Amino acid sequence: MIAKDRVIAAALAAAMLGAVLFIAAYATGGSRLYEGLSLALSAAGLCGAAVGWAFWILPDEQVEDERDDYPSGASDRAAEDLETTSGLIDVTRKRLLTRMLYTALGIFGLALIVPIRSLGPALGDAAFHTKWRKGLRMQRENGSFVKASDLNVDSVATVFPEGAVGDAQSQTVLIRVGDGVAANAGGYIAYSKVCTHAGCPVALYRTAAKQLMCPCHQSIFDVVNDGAVVAGPADHALPRLPIEVGSDGYLRATGDYPEPVGPGFWERG
Amino acid sequence: MISRLLDWIDDRLGTAHFVSHALRKAFPDHWSFMLGEINMYTFLVLIATGTFLALFFDPSASKMTYNGPYALLDGTHVSSAYDSALKLSFEVNGGLLMRQVHHWAALIFVAGIITHMARVFFTGAFRKPREINWLIGLGMLMLAMFEGFAGYSMPDDLLSGTGLRIAVSILLSVPFIGAWASSLLAGGVFPDSGVMLPRLFVAHVYIIPATIAALMAVHLAILWRQKHTDFPGPGRTERNVVGSPLFPKYAAKSMALFAAVVAIVFAFGAVVQINPIWIWGPYVPWQILSPAQPDWYVGWLDGALRISPPVAFHFFGRIIPSPFWPAVLLPGVLFTFVAAWPWIEAAWLNDRRAHHLLDLPRNVPVRTGIGVAVITFCFGLLLAGSGDIQARYVQEPITTITRFYQIFCLIAPIVAFFLTYWLCVELRSRSGVHKAPRVRLRRNAEGGFDEETIA
Repeated sequence: MIAKDRVIAAALAAAMLGAVLFIAAYATGGSRLYEGLSLALSAAGLCGAAVGWAFWILPDEQVEDERDDYPSGASDRAAEDLETTSGLIDVTRKRLLTRMLYTALGIFGLALIVPIRSLGPALGDAAFHTKWRKGLRMQRENGSFVKASDLNVDSVATVFPEGAVGDAQSQTVLIRVGDGVAANAGGYIAYSKVCTHAGCPVALYRTAAKQLMCPCHQSIFDVVNDGAVVAGPADHALPRLPIEVGSDGYLRATGDYPEPVGPGFWERG
Repeated sequence: MISRLLDWIDDRLGTAHFVSHALRKAFPDHWSFMLGEINMYTFLVLIATGTFLALFFDPSASKMTYNGPYALLDGTHVSSAYDSALKLSFEVNGGLLMRQVHHWAALIFVAGIITHMARVFFTGAFRKPREINWLIGLGMLMLAMFEGFAGYSMPDDLLSGTGLRIAVSILLSVPFIGAWASSLLAGGVFPDSGVMLPRLFVAHVYIIPATIAALMAVHLAILWRQKHTDFPGPGRTERNVVGSPLFPKYAAKSMALFAAVVAIVFAFGAVVQINPIWIWGPYVPWQILSPAQPDWYVGWLDGALRISPPVAFHFFGRIIPSPFWPAVLLPGVLFTFVAAWPWIEAAWLNDRRAHHLLDLPRNVPVRTGIGVAVITFCFGLLLAGSGDIQARYVQEPITTITRFYQIFCLIAPIVAFFLTYWLCVELRSRSGVHKAPRVRLRRNAEGGFDEETIA
């Protein structure tokens, strides 16, 4: 064998070896690493062989193609025109039937599209209200209810309306900011956890600055200033949930959010 | 043997004339003509690995308790989709490899399409008569991005669920139809209805790939009909195309490329971990990861969302919220501009002729400058998409990083345009082709030559 043939032979041997190793790796329990690398070796061997084949073995010839003529000749174009439009105009022009045909096809197409409507109901009330109501207690993910004595100052909890744990629209971040900060109930303040920019959970609480930050696009909201936007792409404040400490010590909502939660949309106004 | 098979076929289809000519079709030898083939071959890898994955994946949002070998999630409430993705990763022999190869191939697929389009753009291969293939290619790019996002969203892990939440919010931001459009995708208010995963599955394994395959077939048929473009050179004219014959030389090169693509994606799938959904955990609408970044081909839009100013447009009790501008309007304008470019350039140069010989990028400074500016802009947005990670590295507040990229994305494309323009003009003048002084040689009485410069 000449030297170049030996190189190609080695590449093909690697391709065979890789394929055998892959079967062995698969049969012995399937390690992602050995399966992948052996198959890569096999393909790399085939690649090397094909490269050698292309550049050393096959003749280095050049072929020349003439480009086809287009546009087509005038007579072909005229014939096409005659067959499709101008030849038909005398027959169909200004006939009511022609217009009716187009109209019928249009309405037929519309009829085929309309069932898309089944994919989703109008959002309606669900887009404007959450499940918070006056008097509802705050329930954690594990089902327990929050008492005013539960959280330390600067602690945060994710809470849901009583009986609606896991309702994504109603998720609320409850923060004990401490007494004497803004108007709050027993040192607590509660905001919608759905970012008003693109809907991610506003999950990062910066204790020192008393700010909530969204990890998705870094909108920052001022907790002690009614959830106002401090920085980032959000265009409106986090809605604040009206809350009170009940006579039994449980934190309760005094109503739903005063405005729709989450990102903006056309009808939100 | 092969000869008898071909005779058998020719007896029934009369294909000998076509086949003998097709096999001698000229394929120009420049390496950049093979960029498009990378995408064809990654697409084949995607279909093969994706078929394997689809045989195990269950795109259902119904809740269950995870009970498998990954101890850290044992007993966690997860969706069937997430559970089956974990089973694929840990319990199916070859499953994790196929998942990782599939994901890497997807990243390369989109990257390959953009590289191929850049080649076509910078050499002017989109010009008449190839505008149709330019549009089809752009269509495949957009479909590939949707396809990738749909696939990435299906395992229902915490990262992908957050991505879907953002996608629904972007749909919500569209004027007039936003609430309705988001409901069509989510089946109501996200994520309560649970219909999204099965819908994404149908889109990801059937509708979008079938559309891409059909467009690819048309793309190749048009390429076949129009024949390749060619770089100018000795013996190259607008009337011919010169290169290796399809068979056997070009076929051998192309098979080498196919094998190289397979080798690379399997090596990556074996060695480089990608999207470890067991670390992200299952999607829980009130939990989130930080930092959180999407795949790179969506990253530029995420970056645009991060650095766009908080501007909502209020009027008559209606609102266009801030995500609309960076996530709907910006890509809309950008893709429209790219789609319209062949006509913009033809109108601007008043050039309606067909072109089969390519431009060297340096010979078309304005076009090359605009291309580099657009790439710079998108790259700036992509970098802005990881601003929170950079803030951690450079110990600066995230607001500073955001402001930096706001300025960068406005200024850098302009700088890039003029820099590229200047570089092209310099290269062109040094190439000596266009700026060489035109002279007339005149024989004088002594038998030597006098030079006369022509204005």
